[in-house]
Amino acid sequence: MSAVTADPVSPEPSRLAALGPAVEAVIVPIGAVAAAAALFSLFLLVLGKSPLTFFELLWRGGFGTAFSWQNTLIRTAPLIFTALCVALPARLGLMIIGGEGALVIGGFAAAVVALPMIGVMPGWVAMPVMFAAAALAGALWIGFVGYLRHVRAVNETIASLLMFYIAVAVLNFFVEGPLRSPTDPNKPSTAPIGADFKVGSIPGLDVHWGLVVGVVLAIAAHVLMTRTTFGFAARVTGGNVRAARAQGLPVGKLMIATCALAGACAGIAGYFEVAAVSGKANASLIAGYGFTGILVSFLARHNPIAIPPVAVLFGGLAAAGGLIQRRMGLPDASVQVLQGLIFLFILVSETVYGRLSLFSPETRR
Amino acid sequence: MSEEGGRAIGVETIGMTKIFGSLVALEDVSIRVRPGTLHALLGENGAGKSTLVKCMMGFYQPTRGQMSIEGHEVAIRNPRDASEARLGMVYQHFTLVPSLTAAENLIVSRPDCPEIIDWKREIAALDAFMATMPFRVRLDTPVSNLSAGEKQKLEILKQLYLDRRFVVLDEPTSVLTPDEADEMLGLLKGMTTRGELTILMITHKFREVTAYADEVSILRRGRCVGGGLVGEIGTQEMARLMIGDAEIRERAARVERTATPVVLDLAALHASDDDGLPAITSIDLKVHEGEIVGIAGVSGNGQSELVEVLSGQRDLDDGRILVHGHGFEPVRDQMARLKVFSLQEEPLRNSAVPRMTVAENIALRTFDEAPIASLGWWLKPGTMKARARDLIARYRVKTPSTDTPIENLSGGNVQRAVLARELSGDVDVLIVANPCFGLDFASVAEIRTQILEQRNRGAAVLLVSEDLDEILELSDRVAVMSGGRITLDAPIGATDRSAIGHAMAGGH
Ligand SMILES: Nc1ncnc2c1ncn2[C@@H]1O[C@H](COP(=O)(O)OP(=O)(O)OP(=O)(O)O)[C@@H](O)[C@H]1O
Ligand SMILES: [Mg+2]
Repeated sequence: MSAVTADPVSPEPSRLAALGPAVEAVIVPIGAVAAAAALFSLFLLVLGKSPLTFFELLWRGGFGTAFSWQNTLIRTAPLIFTALCVALPARLGLMIIGGEGALVIGGFAAAVVALPMIGVMPGWVAMPVMFAAAALAGALWIGFVGYLRHVRAVNETIASLLMFYIAVAVLNFFVEGPLRSPTDPNKPSTAPIGADFKVGSIPGLDVHWGLVVGVVLAIAAHVLMTRTTFGFAARVTGGNVRAARAQGLPVGKLMIATCALAGACAGIAGYFEVAAVSGKANASLIAGYGFTGILVSFLARHNPIAIPPVAVLFGGLAAAGGLIQRRMGLPDASVQVLQGLIFLFILVSETVYGRLSLFSPETRR
Repeated sequence: MSEEGGRAIGVETIGMTKIFGSLVALEDVSIRVRPGTLHALLGENGAGKSTLVKCMMGFYQPTRGQMSIEGHEVAIRNPRDASEARLGMVYQHFTLVPSLTAAENLIVSRPDCPEIIDWKREIAALDAFMATMPFRVRLDTPVSNLSAGEKQKLEILKQLYLDRRFVVLDEPTSVLTPDEADEMLGLLKGMTTRGELTILMITHKFREVTAYADEVSILRRGRCVGGGLVGEIGTQEMARLMIGDAEIRERAARVERTATPVVLDLAALHASDDDGLPAITSIDLKVHEGEIVGIAGVSGNGQSELVEVLSGQRDLDDGRILVHGHGFEPVRDQMARLKVFSLQEEPLRNSAVPRMTVAENIALRTFDEAPIASLGWWLKPGTMKARARDLIARYRVKTPSTDTPIENLSGGNVQRAVLARELSGDVDVLIVANPCFGLDFASVAEIRTQILEQRNRGAAVLLVSEDLDEILELSDRVAVMSGGRITLDAPIGATDRSAIGHAMAGGH
């Protein structure tokens, strides 16, 4: 082509300017957490409690000792999975808040497929089957939400939340009825899967393998979103669905597939809760990991790579809850107040991105 | 002028400089806009026009430089400061709330808008205000029902209602028909001569400059390279200042063909608009190999719905699209196999992903094919960027780097990046809508030539345009749409402006 002369590509921008958004992505969430902590301190002062003691106990209960680290990491694994259940669809602009439901159904499915194999099959056969059943059940659960969204334009946020209640009802029905095991008279549960099918600990740590699987899955999710055509298409769809349509991308299929992947992650969380922690399916599956995972994903800005460290933070918060309750005479829910505040500040901080003159150039017009 | 209590104010920029990262978008720009004048700001795409006015309005903080209002230096740190200094701006894209009525839009835009609005009183006050205005819009209609021209008028009325005395218009006429543009500019010109207002207008149309502007300033690559009174500086000179001594591309010669086969065949298409009402009815149209069929019409007569149907953004209620005699559905593999490409208007809304990088946006069409994808699923960002760099150079997209989010490019360069993507392939069918909106004159020549070249290579081109001159210049055949139907379909030699105008108004 020969026409108007103009130098087309100016030199690449300086390294520092290119770092701006990355630095911002770290500083803004930290600021939000700090602000939430400050407000929470005020809340404690009003109650006549010492914020210093609170944060000291939080540290000790979550991260101070080898034992508390172990407690924290056990809670980290399910948070990674459930956060992924929020982060993946978020890339498509879908807000799934019912990961808890997929976790419950996944855990239940794992326990159910184990039943006929107990004492019949060796662990190396049963465990993959349980894992697959959990992932598949979760995938179908949230995949159905994506399907409703695509085919019937049902709001995925509400649908996934309502599906959570259905999941709880399904679990309760079977656990308290047809599948109730006589071994546990106090708490209705399915029959224990037994030691053969149990997931062990990471050598040298008293933490089950779910943590490793979680980190691997988070990295895989990152690679999927950034380095594959599937992730590219998903980002196009999330960024501008009209453009995605004009490129002939299968928007509906992408939505359903991403939701199914997300649901599989949450289902795997359920698998580890059953196969590594409780050994059976019962109401303790409904521990709120699915909901805390929403916070984790938001704090990580739906970036899979950032999810594991953030999950550690929230795992620590959860682990310290009991200690704080005992020592300070605070209700267990006080940690949830802190979590809620963090969430609030994270949502507020979303509006700050690109506005801090510190990180010019302006990223928006 | 302002001495006699005139409302218009004079504004000056002094040494305005804006640096984005390592890109110097503006360098030491000093422009003086005298009170009560209509001042035009010219420059090729990416010259820095929008950046300059955004600095003036406190939307960007200049790296260096000052603003002076009525001879006093004033610091404009944010848009609020600008509005307190009685400066206002009408952006390239509408900023009205579509679901509110015109009156509501005006009232809620007031900075001193009370918490509880006494609608009766406000509307009475608004009526009194409108009575003093040279033009009117229907106040009680939701903005979504207004035409583009009415919206543009409302945007301007909003500025006056907010008592702005200096108003910037960023390409105000790109969404208007020439008649609407003339009407609006005539009214604005009247207001400036009466000393009620000062206007700084960004435009790419020389015709508007010579007919309405008093003075002109020209930017080139971020610098102010000249300007003066409109009578004293001719359009030739303006063009030279805009693009330097570069040559405008010669229009490609039209290769004449006869009796070529039909490539794109639209058979009895029906589709509805967002409210479920019929938007296009029984559209029958054939486009032959090596032919450009231009679709003319006043905007809002179903053209955008037709383009949406053809590019997969809107479902067809009835009818068939055939390409080379095969049924065509706008999904990815068929688009690739039948080589169907489309270029829509408003690229940031329709054909680009604003937050994704320039390289990724250029790869939108090819990311799932070799060489960018290996095995069909593994992306190679290096290859993607290399290809983007090649197209950026060939289509002269001005961008700081391949990694810049495309929303940071100037309006015209977003358009070029999208054009680079859709025109660089092997094209059999090309669907284009208003391809030259917001482009400078040199780029217009360039893009039209490329469309002609695709035609000469044998592509079937469907060109939807609100610019009748563009249609008359490029098309082999003209069709006119009115009320969702084709009201005229004739070879270019067998029709004329008056027949087309008659058909546009709905006649047969
Ligand atoms: N927010 C931003 N970040 C980085 N670069 C930017 C930003 N905004 C504009 N630029 C760059 O500044 C230059 C000038 O852009 P500007 O939008 O002012 O051009 P323009 O004269 O309005 O062009 P057009 O006629 O195409 O609208 C462009 O090269 C653009 O890429
Ligand atoms: Mg511009």
